[in-house]
Formats: sequence, structure tokens, C-alpha cells
Amino acid sequence: MSDTLSTQVNPTVSTEAAPTAAAREPLLRVRHLVKRFPITTGIIFQKTIGHVHAVEDVSFDVYPGETLGLVGESGCGKTTTGRCILQLHRATSGSITLEGVELTKLKGESLRVMRRDMQIIFQDPYASLNPRKTVERIIIEPLAIHGLEGHSEGRKARVRELLDVVGLGSQFAKRYPRELSGGQRQRVGLARSLALNPKLIICDEPVSALDVSIQAQILNLLAELQEEFGLTYIFIAHDLSVVKHISDRVAVMYLGHIVELAGSKELFLNPIHPYTFALMSAIPIPDPELEETRVRQVLEGDVPSPASPPPGCPFHPRCSRAQTICSESMPELLDRGDSHFCACYFPLGG
Amino acid sequence: MKKVRVALSRMWRASPLAVLGMLILLGWLVVLIFAEQISINDGIVQDLVQRFKPPSWKHPFGTDSLGRDIFSRVVFGSRISIPVAFMVVGVSLLLGGTVGLVAGYFGKAVDEILMRICDLVLSFPGIILALAIAAALGPSLLHSLIAVVAVSWPIYARLMRSLVISMRSSEYVDAVVAQGARVPRILAGTVIPNTISAVFIMATLDLGNAMLTFAGLSFLGLGQAPPTAEWGAMVSVGAQDFTKWWVAMFPGLAIVSFALAWNFIGDALRDLMDPSLRRLL
Repeated sequence: MSDTLSTQVNPTVSTEAAPTAAAREPLLRVRHLVKRFPITTGIIFQKTIGHVHAVEDVSFDVYPGETLGLVGESGCGKTTTGRCILQLHRATSGSITLEGVELTKLKGESLRVMRRDMQIIFQDPYASLNPRKTVERIIIEPLAIHGLEGHSEGRKARVRELLDVVGLGSQFAKRYPRELSGGQRQRVGLARSLALNPKLIICDEPVSALDVSIQAQILNLLAELQEEFGLTYIFIAHDLSVVKHISDRVAVMYLGHIVELAGSKELFLNPIHPYTFALMSAIPIPDPELEETRVRQVLEGDVPSPASPPPGCPFHPRCSRAQTICSESMPELLDRGDSHFCACYFPLGG
Repeated sequence: MKKVRVALSRMWRASPLAVLGMLILLGWLVVLIFAEQISINDGIVQDLVQRFKPPSWKHPFGTDSLGRDIFSRVVFGSRISIPVAFMVVGVSLLLGGTVGLVAGYFGKAVDEILMRICDLVLSFPGIILALAIAAALGPSLLHSLIAVVAVSWPIYARLMRSLVISMRSSEYVDAVVAQGARVPRILAGTVIPNTISAVFIMATLDLGNAMLTFAGLSFLGLGQAPPTAEWGAMVSVGAQDFTKWWVAMFPGLAIVSFALAWNFIGDALRDLMDPSLRRLL
């Protein structure tokens, strides 16, 4: 009994964990993903009067064992992208494949089965746990849904294991979410998403609702679990220092588009998209002298409404380098060398 | 036995009103079951010489316009009024709750159609519509039950729908969807447990109301046919002449005590079912 359990907690720790191998097949492949939400009017005979362009032509790959950071301001479409991958929103168009299986076309039973491989950790640990269930029942639920671990004793044993894995201990099994702190709740959420041994976990701002000291604990836990179980993360956040800390590669989103995508170090040291550059210059430097002398680029104006995005490059109304062509067509996301992708006609240093 | 005593004293400390409510209900249950033994007179036999007698030892609650003993009629009336109230509320809750659940969870056209039907029913004053339905179906106990249910389910549907809609966008529902749960599990395991307590509390508060609507129909000859005693009809008759206060007051007190007992219990249930307010356990 205990043997079979432990094998499921430790799925192939040996070879899969290294995130460096570049020649590997991507785990997740997103191509030309578009998600538009209709704006309707009228009561019975509803008319669509427009669309919110939440995600516009987004493409990227996620490789097994890596963490892809997805950053951007509120409303830039990063959460929608995550939810489209999980099929919580159905994509308007485009393709999303997980290990070669096209998710956007899946329905019913086959989608249900695929859901085992991808899980989510939510932003608000106070809203993501059913208040009427004990921790044990919350974590058992995914096992019960997929009929795993046979009988109730086996499932309970698995819950105790998962609680240990996330650093809570089995004494939490009988508690209700309201009896736990934010950090403890987030650990329960983590245990819940680990229960199915997913390949991909989408972390939707998992630490932004937590205290800074707790943030560090959860981030370290995420990193440990990744190493232990060979997990792949898509880490959605607006906090750049958090993303820098945890990600192998980072994609920057602006108004539904990915404008720059590069290795984490490369992106933070050498941003070439004007928007990324402006974002980086907003990160506080914990050194007053450097902070005094640094060159800041402060953006003018607000993000345009995603219901009526500007033509061409979405950033051009706020961009200091913009020329006529920027308002005419959207630049392609091109490799500027060393897998540093940027969608800009006039990138910095280029 | 000792365990029961401990549990009772705990409940008493946590919520004395709920215990009081339960005792009242228990009392009515005893009255309902042992009506023959408790009623000291026959509630059906008329004695015109004895009409409109105020309360006395012989007739503790006095007599009505036909000289019938009101105490006995209240006791026997419980056999009609209490089950009727339960049936009306129970069926309304099931029907309205299901409609609200379906409308709220599936949304779109289903929601529009079901809610317009609700609006249709709610746009009439309840008693008038119930009257029309009962009259159309013809006078009988069952028909008037149907009529009262037909006007009281929409409030449950409305409440349930609004609760389900707010629930549908909650992250813990997203979580079970992302885990791959089928719709019945999502509804039964997550949506219903988080909405049902509010609907249930509404039902306990609605019990007195259902009794009164039914009483209105009885009064107009569409509910329980005379001479069988029914509280609502008795109040309606007595309300015509308040100088004979006892005719309306005692059946009225019966209704009030029953409704109030449920309100007490409903309040306590809300506290019990809402984990953030849990005190009893």
C-alpha cells in the first residue's frame, strides 16, 4: 500500500527536473490564441455591440520542468490566457496543445480526463477553498472526481501525504478553511492541485494576496515542489521581483499581446521592448544612492480600453519611440537572437 | 441519557430561542397526534344555544357562531394546518429551488425563459392568483395546495438563482471545474451546499405565510371544506366581529406560535449552517 502511494508522490524525480535542456519538445504549445468577450445589450433579444479584446494572437511554448512567468498590468489578459489554457474559458480562436493534444477542440469526457494533467492555484486563498468542506474533503475531491486511490482509507492516506508535502502536517485535515491563515490556505490550495499529479500548474498570482514574509515561504515551496515532482509552472503575476525570482523565462503582456519574451536574466538585464523597459524602471532598487541616480522612464497616460484597442502596436499611443508604422500594423514577435523575442519595430539597442 | 442532557443544555446556552421553538413544535406534534385525547369536546357538533360563549371551564377557548367548542377545533385544526404548511413550503422549495439552480447555473436562454415565468407569477398579488387557480381547478384540498404552491415557488427560484450566479463566478467552483468534475457533482457537492442554507431559512420564515394564504382560500370555500376545522378559516371567520375576540384570537395564536417557533429555529439553523458563525457545535 505505502509503496504504491510513495511512487505516486514521486513521479520520476530523476531525469525530468532539469529545466535547461533546450531541444526538448514543449509540454504546452499555444498558437495564435485569441479570446474576445462579447459586450451585449438588450434583454431578450441580445445584440452584440462590441468585444473586449482580452487576448490577441498570443503564441508561446512551455517546456517540461520550466517556469514561464507571465507579467503585465491588470487587464492585460494574463489571467484570461491562463484560464483559456485550462479551458475555463473557451478560446475564440487559436490552438492550445498539451503534449500534442489539442485542448480547444476537446469536450465532455475527453476534456475531463485531460484536466488531470493541468491544475490551477488561485490568487485569493480566501475565495478558492469551499468554506463548507474540511481541508481533507477539499483535497480528496479531485481524487474522488477521477476515481483515484480506490477507497476512502487510501484517499485519506494520500491527503495526509499531500499535507506533509506542502508543509502543513496531517493535523490540519479536519480543519475548515476559516480556521487557517492566508499562507496555510494557499498551501491547502497547492496540495489540492498536486493531488492529481498534474504536469502543468498555472499559478494565477498565487502570492499577491499574501504578506511579504509568507510570499517568500510559498515561493520557496513552489520551487521545492517543482524540483521534487518535475512540475511545469506558468506563473502569472504583476510583481516583477517575484517573477524574476521564480521564472526561467518571462513573457511580458500588454493589452492582450505578448510584447517581449526572453530568459528571465536576459529580460531583466537587457529589456529591448520600450514597454518592458518602462516596467523595469519601475522596480524599486533597494539602494538609495542607485535609486537617486537611475534613469526612470515614466509612462504617460493610461492603458487603452481593451474594448477598443488602438490599431497597430497596442503600445504606440504611450511609446516614446513610436513612428507612423507603429499605428498601422502590429510588429511580429521576432527572435532577436538567443531566443530573445520582441514585438517592436524600433527595439532598444537595435 | 446523560449525553442527551448535555447536548440539550449546550443548545439551551447557545440558542435558548431555538430550544423554545423546538419545544413549541414538539408540543404541536403531540397535539396533532393525540388530538382525540386532548380535545375535551367534539369540534364538529353545533349547539346554537351555546353560540358565542366566552372562555369558560367548559369551553376553555369559548365557542363560535355555531356553538362549536373552539379549543377542540384548534386542536383538530392542527391536523390540517400544519401538514398543509409543510407541504406547500416543501414543494415550493423543491420546485423553486430547482428552477433557480437551473436558471442560475446554465444561464442564457434557459435563464431568460424561467425568469420571465417567475415574473409573470410575481406580477400578480399572490392570493388573487391562488384564488384564480384554485377556482379554475375546482374546490378541493389538493387543488388549493397546488394553487398556493403555484404562487409561492418564484421567491425560492429568485433567491436560489441569485445565490447560484454569485457562486458560479467563485474560485472554488472554478477549482472543481478545473479538476474535471461533472455538472451533477459541481451542483450537489459545491453549489447546493453553499446556497441551501439561505433558501432553507427563507422556507422556515415562509411557513406562517403559506398557512395564511391557504387560510384565505379556505375562508372563501376553496380550501378545506367546512365543517372540518382549519386555523386560517377560523381566524377569517372570527375577524368579522372583534367584540367576540376569542373566536379569532385562539386559532390566531396557534398560527403565530407555529410560525414563530419556525422563525426561532430558522435563525438558529442559519447560525449552525454558516460555518463562520458556528456556535452550536
